[in-house]
Amino acid sequence: MSQMPLLSIMTFTPLVGVLILLFMNKNSHGALRGVAIAASIVSFLVSLPLVAGFQNNAEFQFTEMVPWIASGPFHMTYYVGIDGISLWLVILTTFIMPIAILSTWTAVEEKVKEYMICLLLLEVGMLGAFISLDLFLFYIYWEVMLIPMYFIIGIWGGKQKIYAAIKFFIYTMAGSVLMLVALIFLYFLGLKGGFQNFNITNFYSLHIDPSVQIWLFLAFAFSFAIKVPLFPVHTWLPLAHTEAPTAGSVILAAILLKMGTYGYVRFAMQLFPDASAQFTPLIATLAVIGIIYAALVAMVQEDVKKLVAYSSVAHLGFVMLGVFALNQQGIAGGMLQMLNHGVSTGALFLIVGFIYERRHTRLISDFGGLSKQMPIFATIFMIVTFSSIGLPGTNGFVGEFLVLIGAFESGLRWYTVIAASGVILSAVYMLWMFQRVMFGELTNPKNQQLSDLNGREIVIMLPLVALIFIMGLYPNPFIEKMTPSIEKLIQQSKVRQVAYQPPPVTIQTQPMVNAPAEVK
Amino acid sequence: METLATPAINFAAIMPETILSVFAMALLLINVFVPSEQKAYLGYLSLIGIVVTFFSIISGWNAPMSMQEAFNGSVLQDNFSLFFKGVFLVSAFLTILISDQYLKREGCNLGEIYPLILLATAGMMLMASGTDLMTIFLGLEVLSVSLYVLAGFNRDNLKSNEAGLKYFLLGAFSTGFLLYGMALTYGATGTTKIGRIAAYIAANGYVTNNVMLVVGMLLMAVGFSFKIAAAPFHMWTPDVYEGAPTPITAFMSAGPKAAGFSAFLRVFLIAVPALKADWSALIWILAVLTMTVGNIVALSQDNIKRMLAYSSIAHAGYALVGFTAANSVGTAGILFYMLSYAFMNIGAFAIIVLVGKKGEPNNNVADYAGFAAKHPVLAVCMSIFLFSLAGMPPTAGFIGKFYLFSGAIKAGYVWLAIIGVLNSAASVYYYLRVMVYMYMKAPEEDFDWLRVTPPMAASIVISVLGVLIPGAFPGYLLQLAQRAISM
Repeated sequence: MSQMPLLSIMTFTPLVGVLILLFMNKNSHGALRGVAIAASIVSFLVSLPLVAGFQNNAEFQFTEMVPWIASGPFHMTYYVGIDGISLWLVILTTFIMPIAILSTWTAVEEKVKEYMICLLLLEVGMLGAFISLDLFLFYIYWEVMLIPMYFIIGIWGGKQKIYAAIKFFIYTMAGSVLMLVALIFLYFLGLKGGFQNFNITNFYSLHIDPSVQIWLFLAFAFSFAIKVPLFPVHTWLPLAHTEAPTAGSVILAAILLKMGTYGYVRFAMQLFPDASAQFTPLIATLAVIGIIYAALVAMVQEDVKKLVAYSSVAHLGFVMLGVFALNQQGIAGGMLQMLNHGVSTGALFLIVGFIYERRHTRLISDFGGLSKQMPIFATIFMIVTFSSIGLPGTNGFVGEFLVLIGAFESGLRWYTVIAASGVILSAVYMLWMFQRVMFGELTNPKNQQLSDLNGREIVIMLPLVALIFIMGLYPNPFIEKMTPSIEKLIQQSKVRQVAYQPPPVTIQTQPMVNAPAEVK
Repeated sequence: METLATPAINFAAIMPETILSVFAMALLLINVFVPSEQKAYLGYLSLIGIVVTFFSIISGWNAPMSMQEAFNGSVLQDNFSLFFKGVFLVSAFLTILISDQYLKREGCNLGEIYPLILLATAGMMLMASGTDLMTIFLGLEVLSVSLYVLAGFNRDNLKSNEAGLKYFLLGAFSTGFLLYGMALTYGATGTTKIGRIAAYIAANGYVTNNVMLVVGMLLMAVGFSFKIAAAPFHMWTPDVYEGAPTPITAFMSAGPKAAGFSAFLRVFLIAVPALKADWSALIWILAVLTMTVGNIVALSQDNIKRMLAYSSIAHAGYALVGFTAANSVGTAGILFYMLSYAFMNIGAFAIIVLVGKKGEPNNNVADYAGFAAKHPVLAVCMSIFLFSLAGMPPTAGFIGKFYLFSGAIKAGYVWLAIIGVLNSAASVYYYLRVMVYMYMKAPEEDFDWLRVTPPMAASIVISVLGVLIPGAFPGYLLQLAQRAISM
């Protein structure tokens, strides 16, 4: 293994970019964009050796550990590392970021400097969250991500940007503060169990009373559910997606939402296996409701961007279903679907951005017959649409198929049956939208001046299109690297359910006002 | 020959108070000879005084016990009080930095403000190191009287007059409660020395029906709650904060609040820990009320000074969460939080001073529309302060709240912590609102009256560093706080 702190270099390269940007003239837009892109590309390049050097085992790799805070009972470390679960999400992040930044070349003309700084800070937050193996560090990154995203939506967003930005922020914050309480509680449990720090591996081996697990799981799960988003707490998402500028939507869909599902896989399920088994039916129900409900709502949307936003909710429902199936296929499918969704929905938002930039409208009714005017655009749009539907040969198919098999094989059989109809529904709304936008007569005279994609836009889309096919036709390299970690995850989440032994200590969860029980 | 037995007068233990008082009195004298347009030099002199005092604090850190105690055990300059003294000095220092520009703009450039701030600081210090109820009261009075004058300092401004008068009337009233509580405690235990009260209770056994002691304790809690602006004793806060000269508002929200906590903590944790079963329920309720009232009312404020006044009430509530826990984590959390709060709140007020016009007619949140477009750097600084107040990482405000709530969780008050974090999530709304106006609205003003003088810039830079550095690397300060509470 390499001795270079690759993960840190990768995470903080964008921060270096921010520092450079701070001292640049705010009017030289080209240079500002150049620096931002360069920073994100360097970060991507640094992340490539991670794939090459990744050993196919379940251990955390490329780990770095530096003591950070030590005071009183608390010991925080800067402890980072990746395993098969986070590897691809990290790569997805570093891969999408340059694309997202490049897509803003002409879309954002005011406050370019601030915009680039926000995007790069966001990248630091996201990468940090994916590689953190210290719960406290994870929480810091998790919260830090909110700030740049809040500004991206609020400053460069659409008409309802302020409402969207505040709703986004407060929803996420409300969820994460409860996670903070659970996290502190968990730490004191760990302290009692003889652990001295926030390292995630400690808590994996901790036996927690199932009745306590329920509360902790709920706190974590609620926070992640908002981010995913699961059905009843998804309302911030269509709004945030629609109002955010293109790059914001792309990042939000491709990466930020994965924080939620990643949170389930890395934290909620592995830390609290008993509780997560207990809540599986509930979560599966919400996921299935999300799949069907979001598909139905997507069908009647007039705004293309909103339609894509709702399709995100449906896709993430599949991810959750697969992950909670808790078997090899299901989780692999779920993980793969996370990547697929990042690629295809990211691409869809870019496509929406392209036509919005040209016509300053996103209403389906304003379009029609664009395929004649913009053939290259039409081709790419079609490929991405197919990928989003999950047509065989594209990446979407592999993920959805694995999820459905996995879930069908597990205890979630009937959920799967209902969820499978979501696949058809997604074909309905996507194809119908595609038909209305691209085919038919070119009725609207304003659309006759539309130009096809330019070189920059094609460059943006090409890697995504390539990935759609690569992952669709040959997904093995991706799954291969995940497998050992998934295996371990399943072990981790199942063994304790079978051979559970009551812990030596019990914790009073609801103290009286007058007689507090010292945890320590 | 017979030697006269004198009580040991250990000046080392009151060195910081002495230096500050000497500087204050010297400044009062010098003030007479300084022409009105050069009063800023008095400010610089008082800054020197603060720096000198700061060195005396550093030299007192970890001093041997014999050097800490003075006046027959009425004063104890232990690490606990030294940490708080540091907080007071930081508040005074930052306040003085932002005062000069404000005073010149408002046309009340009187030199007395500097000695008054120094005297108030000396009073706070006496409160922090008082181990006798009388010393604490003495410190409180020195502090309060200076503050009454400071609140009404802008004497041509009606609101400032109102603030001064209101603060005086209500403050005097609450002092009555405090004194009565001290008197009852004396009646019950026969001593005003904190250590001896504890010893008395330990020796004689604490009986629940010792009504006099319990009532005395309750009344003292009322008095201290008034000083820290805890609900339901917070009524004075919004009016006084709004009316008082802005730098003084900043000062009041940071220094005296910390002073109130220092005395509150010492009396309750040292003198009457035996009654903890009784008072922890009380503080629990106070904490919940204070957080909730502060945050909910702040949501609907348009005036930014009033909003920060209610926010400061809410922050007293967070600190009370750590108080309820009454363990090392929670108490250290309070110390750390008071220091962070001084930086972030005075920093925010510095920006308010900058943005205000004469008479501050433009103190509404809406007046910050488009501020970021005109003054991006100041807007970023303001955002950092507001995010810190909201408890977002990586700022000191987050670390402080983390420790306060951890203390509560460790002590088993999980529900209190949950109420606390939910409050903190709700508070985000009104802090974000300022940022919404600064960043997301079109400018209505060109802010061309805004001038950043060097002292102003210094105070903002210090505050930003004071928020960010402990936010990212809190270890050192937290260790200091831990050491301070091992009293």
